[in-house]
Amino acid sequence: MARAVEATATVGLAVTARRRRRDWSGFTAHAILLASVAVLAFPLYYAVVISTQTVGQATSLPPRLLPSTALLQNYAEAWQRAKMGRLLFNSAVMALAIAVGKITISLLSAFAIVYFDFRGKWLVFWMIFVTLMLPIPVRIVSTYEVMTQLGWVNTYWGLTVPLMASATGTFLFRQFYQTIPDSLAEAAQLDGAGPLRFLWSILLPLSKANIAALFVILFVYGWNEYLWPLMITTTPEMRTAVVGVESLVPRGGSQLAEWNVIMAAAVMVLLPPVAVIVVMQRWFVKGLIETEK
Amino acid sequence: MKRTVFRNRWLPYALVAPQVAITVVFFYWPALDSVRLSLYRASPFGDRLIFVGWGNFARLFNDAAYVRSAMTSVVFAFFVTVIGLALALVLAALANAKIRGLGVYRSLLLWPYGIAPAIAGILWLFIFHPSYGVLPYVLSFVTAYQFNWFLKGWVAMTLIIVAAIWKQFGYNLAFYLAGLQGIETSVLEAASVDGAGPIRRFLAITFPLLSPVTFFLFTLNMTFAFFDTFGLVHSVTQGGPGDATSILVYKAWKDGFENLQLGISAAQSVVLMAVVIGLTAFQFRFAEKRVNY
Repeated sequence: MARAVEATATVGLAVTARRRRRDWSGFTAHAILLASVAVLAFPLYYAVVISTQTVGQATSLPPRLLPSTALLQNYAEAWQRAKMGRLLFNSAVMALAIAVGKITISLLSAFAIVYFDFRGKWLVFWMIFVTLMLPIPVRIVSTYEVMTQLGWVNTYWGLTVPLMASATGTFLFRQFYQTIPDSLAEAAQLDGAGPLRFLWSILLPLSKANIAALFVILFVYGWNEYLWPLMITTTPEMRTAVVGVESLVPRGGSQLAEWNVIMAAAVMVLLPPVAVIVVMQRWFVKGLIETEK
Repeated sequence: MKRTVFRNRWLPYALVAPQVAITVVFFYWPALDSVRLSLYRASPFGDRLIFVGWGNFARLFNDAAYVRSAMTSVVFAFFVTVIGLALALVLAALANAKIRGLGVYRSLLLWPYGIAPAIAGILWLFIFHPSYGVLPYVLSFVTAYQFNWFLKGWVAMTLIIVAAIWKQFGYNLAFYLAGLQGIETSVLEAASVDGAGPIRRFLAITFPLLSPVTFFLFTLNMTFAFFDTFGLVHSVTQGGPGDATSILVYKAWKDGFENLQLGISAAQSVVLMAVVIGLTAFQFRFAEKRVNY
């Protein structure tokens, strides 16, 4: 009896010891994660705070880390000075066109590669594959010359179409189609459905999650692309928002540094892609994993 | 490989046509044109091209400014990738406990991925601002050293490295946390019972088991540091002071678009292409083996 009690007590002690250790490690974990989250959030917090201050407050020492009252003036000023309405519209066109266009053409090409047998199939496959190795910076001057010859410089065509082809989307859909049992397509055939019908009413609904995942990644990519719009647009009206913010940053000492207005513009520009990630987080994580495989 | 199910003579070609057309016009044509241009130099009046063979490459590799730019890129990529990943890994390992709310933390960590490198740079530019920034202000209490990135190359370099690490950090940490969740705690507990201390457990078990995640993040961050950071440099330091932050993509753009040295810029594009091909080959070589023990 006594022995049993003793044994339970020891076990009890061991359990509490372990629990205590676990509590402690849980505490460290929370502390570290909270600290990381706070450090990550600081630059954004600071930018938002500066965007609510007057020029005097934003450029005074010691730096003020609390919001002030000039929020509306600053955002209105940034909106006007950078022609933000037009720039955000251009960014939206670019991000949406690239996302939708890329998803569409890669859906189609992946469908052809998986469900058909045709001469030159492997050539097509490898051609698409190799584009993985040719990001924009590695072909700067020559791509610009191609655009000049097509007359696409400073147009929405030029801004969007060249960025629509790449291997990631095609591979993602190819991989996904391969997991779909053959019997599905065979059954569709028996029912007299043609390939396009099968694509539209069976494959497409099944691909919803993949499409959403790819959409988040591509929207963010299109919105944030910098080198391409900088190269391909020649007038301020065709610039995208990300490039537009840069033109507000003072170069050289003589310009008055209205950092409150710059930060207001920066916050407006970063909000849409961050919002897409936050709202569509589930698909974003899926997209990250699938596209980088 | 899937058994092909649909038969049609022309449909598969129509399906791959958009992708192939865009790939040929905007990827292969410019890429081949870059290779061609890299063998030529514009005549003094710019009216015709003179064939110089390897001349541009020879000039490039003998050009101290280019070699410096290559070194700058390597240093930048090294710090962004190695320091960024090491920091994320250590924090993830310390925070590895079965805790509640991991999903919430993930949301709070992932959003900076949506911020354009150029915008991330502008947020940090202000934090580092020699006259108004909060960082130099705080440091001024510790040391009389002037942390002025307008004047000091290494401070400018630190600025863009910090901005790049910041943008990638939450993402890296989230992937490491997810990777750690996949490791059986029983393995670590067994090692603990065998008397292995926390550092030894980390080196002998956690780190090797996480090697696929590390590898995945390594190639991803490397590609990011080399090719997606043009906007960061262009919007913040513009390569300066001097050429302290003139990384390869920035120099290729500047030589091609501002200095109008087409041949030299094309040769730089070809070198960059070799870098991407190298990175991709590396990725596939190891991805096949699935670095794991």
